Amino acid sequence: MADIVVKTEDVVKEYRMGSNILRALDGINIEIERGEYISLMGPSGSGKSTLFNMIGALDRPTEGQVYIDGQNMSQLSQRQIAAFRCHRVGYIFQSYNLLHVRSAHGNVTLPMIFAGIPEKQRNEKAEQLLDLVGLGDRMYHLPDELSGGQRQRVAIARALANDPSIVLADEPTANLDTITGREIIDLIKRLNTDQSVTVISATHDLKMLDVSDRIVDIRDGLVERIRNRDEIDIEVGEVGGEGE
Amino acid sequence: MQQRTPIQEQIDLPFVESLRISFQSLKIRFGRSIITTAGITLGIAFLVSVWTNNEIGLALQESGRQSAINTFEETTEKGISTKDIWLIVMSLIVCVVGIANSMLMAVTERFREIGTMKCLGALDGFVVRLFLLESGFQGFSGALIGALIGTLGAVLLGLKDYGLDLFFYFPLLPAQPEDGTMQLGVIVVILLGCILGMILAVIGSSFPAWRAAKLPPAEAMRTEV
Repeated sequence: MADIVVKTEDVVKEYRMGSNILRALDGINIEIERGEYISLMGPSGSGKSTLFNMIGALDRPTEGQVYIDGQNMSQLSQRQIAAFRCHRVGYIFQSYNLLHVRSAHGNVTLPMIFAGIPEKQRNEKAEQLLDLVGLGDRMYHLPDELSGGQRQRVAIARALANDPSIVLADEPTANLDTITGREIIDLIKRLNTDQSVTVISATHDLKMLDVSDRIVDIRDGLVERIRNRDEIDIEVGEVGGEGE
Repeated sequence: MQQRTPIQEQIDLPFVESLRISFQSLKIRFGRSIITTAGITLGIAFLVSVWTNNEIGLALQESGRQSAINTFEETTEKGISTKDIWLIVMSLIVCVVGIANSMLMAVTERFREIGTMKCLGALDGFVVRLFLLESGFQGFSGALIGALIGTLGAVLLGLKDYGLDLFFYFPLLPAQPEDGTMQLGVIVVILLGCILGMILAVIGSSFPAWRAAKLPPAEAMRTEV
């Protein structure tokens, strides 16, 4: 039996905009296995970021349920949700969302402070993680002193601080140039294979296709189709061919 | 679906950790903190100068030395003119609005930071506590500087009006003259100014911080200023 880490059941999310109601998600059902690399693909406004927020407990669905590790998220207390965000999930955002007042090192230690890890231990771990993402020599720089790619590396190191079982990445390469974007994708993929972290990424970056195990196409708030790795390989070739 | 270890409850952080984070934030954001603090300083300086000026006027009036130089026309029997009351109330309103506005802006521009901290596992209460500490410190230091500037201003104004007599009758401590009016004294005015500045700063920031902390992180991070 497959080890399902994320399961959504008829997830609906509506936003009220004045007198209009916008239905961003219209009944999403997906299952994600542990250790998978999943890409949620779709054009802007398709609902992929909204789904990303639902899976990461960053927002509440209007209807439906989200299960993580078999736990119904709507039944968790505020304290449990905070602990879930702290320990189980690592978030990587398009705009990095680093705290500007904290150095790279300070950003990576923050989730460990929230987890109650002693100072010495968290400092060592932060150094290790920043080394891992290739920022060993810029640890004490503030985010404003780092390039886009370096900031995203800090965000990745921070996402890994409490050894999460899931890494959620929302358009992690959208603000980066092609080469830096590729490096970031490779780094995330390496974490996925080396550390068996489940990666769920909302993206419309085609470069992310060939590292994904499955692609969930989202359109108008619905799952349009789910493609497997072997189907993806063929399409990447086509995309490459078209571009040349 | 297999169930792994159940999700624990998030722990409370020790107070010293909050203190450290909030001071670090104030330090690195020094320029912005100074501007916010300056807003508090100005409000309190205005209030305290008007108030102290009034206290000095009352003290000198009590001593019988100010009659020649009293410029207020509507002096009441008890010594405080309606104009004085009007000035104090107005300065109080300016002070309240100014400080509330400074703090609201300072917190609203940090909604994304609040959302991010919650993504990393911060409890709502912890976020509010950080802002409470930051604004309390800013409020107190801003108000103290403001109160001292205000007092200095009032003393200089008093020197112009009353000359060196001012120092002989300077209302430093509270006093209760025979006519039954209550003179607070400059020290109490300074103290009240500091407390007021701190309370206003804390209320002004904790309300929006609490509101932001209650929002789901996705929404807090979406907020644009």
